[in-house]
Amino acid sequence: MSALFWIPAVVVVASALWTVAASKPVYSVVALLSNFAALAVLFLSLSAEFLAMIQLIVYSGAILVLFLFVIALLSSGIAPIALGPDRLPRIVGPASFFVAIALGVVLAAVLASHAPPLPHAAALALAGPAGAPDVFGSVADFGKALFTTYLLPFEITALILMVAVIGVIVLTGNETPYVATRRHAEQTRREVREAIAREGDS
Amino acid sequence: MTAALLPVPLCDYVALSAVMFFIGVAGVIVRRNPLVMLMSIELMFNAANLAFVAYARAWLNNAGHIFAFLVITVAAAEAAIALAIVVVTFRASERVDVDEVRALHG
Repeated sequence: MSALFWIPAVVVVASALWTVAASKPVYSVVALLSNFAALAVLFLSLSAEFLAMIQLIVYSGAILVLFLFVIALLSSGIAPIALGPDRLPRIVGPASFFVAIALGVVLAAVLASHAPPLPHAAALALAGPAGAPDVFGSVADFGKALFTTYLLPFEITALILMVAVIGVIVLTGNETPYVATRRHAEQTRREVREAIAREGDS
Repeated sequence: MTAALLPVPLCDYVALSAVMFFIGVAGVIVRRNPLVMLMSIELMFNAANLAFVAYARAWLNNAGHIFAFLVITVAAAEAAIALAIVVVTFRASERVDVDEVRALHG
């Protein structure tokens, strides 16, 4: 039973290290993909079925593909991006020292703390047979919470996504609306001037 | 009956989340490639998600699931905007290195 935790955990840590240490961004994407897949297994072991699916579809299917698109776009020019290691030798020592100390403090705090008493009786009542509609973490359970108790955060989610879409369009559009409007106005003025000149000739 | 119980104690999940988070921190500090830095940020988001889901399971309260859902949404928006900035900034340059960027100085 505990293999359900330890095998994905090893994969998660190894692929996270590979993500950070890979020499090319494409390898980082592949490592991150295996990381997310292992994380989805961990979510399943925590009986968060819907989130495991979201993890696979949204993260692996959408966000990582976006990363791949950008890598392909940037390396379509003259030189492929990020050849060779780009680590900063001066920073690696102090940075790893700082990160190791911070990790040690957090791990000590976590392992010294007492885990909250798990509500086993409630767990047994809620768990039910696998695939039953109203089990904790199932789609029905999650959706009911999302559309009743947590409706306002859900609406804010829509707002965040819309702002992101508008921001991306503004950032990457060929010309800003301001420039486009000005160019259009200049063209109109030129046409009017030419029309007036033609009137004068005839 | 065992299906309702966690395979390992809760603090193992939280410790794994902490390890993953600090690997992400190290990536942001050490790497200079903006894409790898963004992927390290995604690692940190996912470490937070793992902690949310673990505590949600421990307390059998799906508020943690909702919050992890929100985090995934914010991560998607952040990735879209950050990648747009990367494309705009580095489309013309040959080296992709955040220390080489001068265009964003005020």
